[in-house]
Amino acid sequence: MESVRVVLAEDGVLLREGLSGVLQRFGFEVIAAVGETNSLKAVVAQQKPDLVITDIRMPPSFTDEGIRAAVELRTTYPGTAVVVLSQYVQDGFASTLLETGDGTRIGYLLKDRVVDLAEFIAALRTVVSGGTVVDPEVVRRLLRRPRDPLADLSSREREVLALLAEGHSNAAIGKRLFITEPAVGKHVGNIFAKLGLPPTQDVNRRVLAVLTYLRTT
Amino acid sequence: MLPALFWRRYLLSSWPWRALAYVFTTYLLLPFITFGTAMLALPWAAAASRFSESGMLDLGLLPWLISSAVLVVTIGPLVAMPLAALERHRLGIVDKRPIVTAHTSGTTGSPFARYMETALWRELAYLLLLAIVAPVIYGALAALVFLAFLLITSPLIAMAADDPVTLWFAEVGSFEQALPITILGLAMVPLIGYLLGLLSGGHAALARAMLTDTGANALREVTRSRARLLDAFDAERRRIERDLHDGAQHRLTSLTLQLAVARLDVTGGSPAAHALDKAHDQAKELMVVLRDLIHGIRPQVLTELGLPAAVAELAGQSAIPVTVTNLLGGQRLPETLESTAYFAVSEALVNVATHSKAKRAAVKLSMRSGKVVVEVSDDGRGGADPARGSGLTGLADRVAAVNGRLLLSSPPGGPTLVRVELPWSR
Repeated sequence: MESVRVVLAEDGVLLREGLSGVLQRFGFEVIAAVGETNSLKAVVAQQKPDLVITDIRMPPSFTDEGIRAAVELRTTYPGTAVVVLSQYVQDGFASTLLETGDGTRIGYLLKDRVVDLAEFIAALRTVVSGGTVVDPEVVRRLLRRPRDPLADLSSREREVLALLAEGHSNAAIGKRLFITEPAVGKHVGNIFAKLGLPPTQDVNRRVLAVLTYLRTT
Repeated sequence: MLPALFWRRYLLSSWPWRALAYVFTTYLLLPFITFGTAMLALPWAAAASRFSESGMLDLGLLPWLISSAVLVVTIGPLVAMPLAALERHRLGIVDKRPIVTAHTSGTTGSPFARYMETALWRELAYLLLLAIVAPVIYGALAALVFLAFLLITSPLIAMAADDPVTLWFAEVGSFEQALPITILGLAMVPLIGYLLGLLSGGHAALARAMLTDTGANALREVTRSRARLLDAFDAERRRIERDLHDGAQHRLTSLTLQLAVARLDVTGGSPAAHALDKAHDQAKELMVVLRDLIHGIRPQVLTELGLPAAVAELAGQSAIPVTVTNLLGGQRLPETLESTAYFAVSEALVNVATHSKAKRAAVKLSMRSGKVVVEVSDDGRGGADPARGSGLTGLADRVAAVNGRLLLSSPPGGPTLVRVELPWSR
């Protein structure tokens, strides 16, 4: 079997070297091990590795640099497998990652998993060969979550959403339901929040809310 | 000022001069105050004259009275506020104690915010009181001073005039005749010195009582210092969390990894393999312990991603399904506010899990008129009592430390709603 060419990004020196050693031992070819995301992107652009392993918490802000780099790399080089290591479970991270590209060749693992070598290496191989690996902890949580996105809406909010889907304005909805326009606005705001549609200018949240409604009814 | 009046050497101290300066500046101010207030009271005066003409109270007076009241309430504060500021400044002449305004909203805020403060209406009351009472009292003092001046200068007046001059009680014809009167006039000077002290002292005491803050500010300062202390604690927690993560946690992960690597080279079943397996397991347990410890100090997700993400994590860990509604958007709140809100949700969810027997719970984060509002509700059996559980009391303390408040509704039979309001000034 041809050896897998890996680029590793991890800001802690000890762990970076330890992981490098482990990867080489299991037959991976570590072509670069870097400490922050800019050099990661540079190395990937130059070397076109088969697999990128990156920590999420990295300089400069120590928040989600790794995730952002991973998403960017996935978009630019769709063929590259990416495994991110997370300090803690964050559903948002996992879904952001899985939504990029076709959702394959992606791995999201808790950082602590690396010490279980056999499982860790198996997960890396799965991702490289076109699979998807999500940490069992994330899966456990997703399964416990209420499935129906509309389940959290109150009956009034469902009525408002149904009228929204028919294309009515807030004022028109207010007239039909005999409530004031600001009250409709408040319901619409609650609907957006409950459907997890954050306030941004890039997307039309009314349309997204309606799409969610149509998918589930 | 007033205690100085009882000193034996009062007249020789600087206090009479201070009193004089205070009274003199009051004289400069009085015409404006009286005139300004009279303008506001014009409709009232019109009503009064109409009443004196007709001699009876009729409804026709009402518009005048109302318009006067409206004038006083709307324009009055605009006059009272700068006057009060000047008066507080002037108070320093005769009052060496610190002088603090009772206004709580800064000068930068909306002018309407001031209309909501008691301080403003006290200032208006001061203005009206001053406009009505001051002319009488200060007028009396002025008359007395003028009289003393006349008595003292009576010899000169007597010399200048050809005919004997009648001065109050005595007729003065010549310089010699006037001398005793001069002495009487001079004798009045110390009396005036004391009267100046009394008047300025009284006026200053009134101004201090009505225009300055006597106790609330001190309390406010205590609250602020408590909040600063909490901020410092939070910064320290964050530092410890980072140190533990960058130092200990990272090294421990690396060590555990090395143990796993070492195990690869050891033949299975040998004593060394057994020992390494045990060491590896113990190191992994220690990783869990350390992770929980760091999480307890300050959750990393809170530090890195903010309140909504951290609350979502809490909800995910809960034993029952918890819905999270976030109306705060993506904005980050101040550190102390974030950790207090997080603590509130965490504590409330623990209560839900241990006491309520609820099947579902919901967390809602929102913002209302300068407040971050955190609501945790459940469909459990209710009956939560802050007096019994220490959790709610601890939460209330923590919330009070950032000047927020905790509201609890938990009728027997449920449902329970815990609402925490935290003031946030951007």
